[in-house]
Amino acid sequence: MTIAAPLLPPADWRDFLALTKPRVMTLVVFTGLCGMLAARVPVDPVLGFTAILCIALGAGAAGALNQWYESDLDAAMKRTANRPLPAGRMERQSALHFGVGVAAFSVILMGLAVNLVAAAILAVSILFYVLIYTVWLKRRTPQNIVIGGAAGAFPPLIGWAAATGQIAMLPFLLFLLVFFWTPPHFWSLALFVRMDYAAAGVPMLPVVAGERVTRRQIGLYTIPMALAALVPWPLGLTGVVYGVTASVLTLVFAAMATQVATRTAIDGDGMRPEKRLFGYSIAYLALIFAAVVADRWILA
Amino acid sequence: MNDPTPEHYRARQRARARVMALILGVFVVLMFAITISKIRAGMAH
Repeated sequence: MTIAAPLLPPADWRDFLALTKPRVMTLVVFTGLCGMLAARVPVDPVLGFTAILCIALGAGAAGALNQWYESDLDAAMKRTANRPLPAGRMERQSALHFGVGVAAFSVILMGLAVNLVAAAILAVSILFYVLIYTVWLKRRTPQNIVIGGAAGAFPPLIGWAAATGQIAMLPFLLFLLVFFWTPPHFWSLALFVRMDYAAAGVPMLPVVAGERVTRRQIGLYTIPMALAALVPWPLGLTGVVYGVTASVLTLVFAAMATQVATRTAIDGDGMRPEKRLFGYSIAYLALIFAAVVADRWILA
Repeated sequence: MNDPTPEHYRARQRARARVMALILGVFVVLMFAITISKIRAGMAH
């Protein structure tokens, strides 16, 4: 005799929305839009909107597949335990089908409506995030977010490619900026939630190598990040508006990162400098991309 | 005996169907707009 498993109610549509990590998607859409606007070529509004929609859908699909694969890790961490899968509000298979379907749809729509270069980079970014970062690196190496960070660096390239059909030096530097920005951003977060990562068995740098090494690495990765942020100006790819804005923003970032890199946390200090760096890093990226667009349009 | 489709199941299904219908409607409008844009771009060339 078999006993039927209790029937799980169909997942709410809001849970499917939560699978796409809307907050992460916002930054991805913003950097993609800035990449497109920085290209400074006339873009049909409908096709431009479609390109941004495809970037958003691709990022959402990658987030859904990440949650599908990592539901066991998410269940072990306080920060993520209430996501639809670990909370038991959705079947795993539903998340898989949703992620694969939306990913395929976003790439096909980008290819048909916009251009094949943008579609190809979008496909690579989704596969990179899901296969290289989520499946391969995340549970195996403390360098997971260094290499995996490339996945989050693709949107400005996709936006530029959607507008022009090709890749140029400026979007490549924006790619490098996001790539080198990712380690200080994530490791500052990892410093104050490392117990969560340790409980879930994720080999984040503070868990595996300790706090001192992580702090030093935050300081070290800030150097190439600052170079990638500042070099568009002397190369003549941007003007003084970007140059001055990027210099000030990067100087503040470097000062915060230096403080985090050189200090030793004391019990009860609330990890305030690390939290401040994490919060500022998000604003930094948004402002620096806004500065690229403002500069390119003011010069135009 | 338990009802396999109690009211909250049906409510969820109705809400999902409404969202799906909305998404499909937006998709149809988007495809129409993309087609018009492509035709315009072709004529400009």
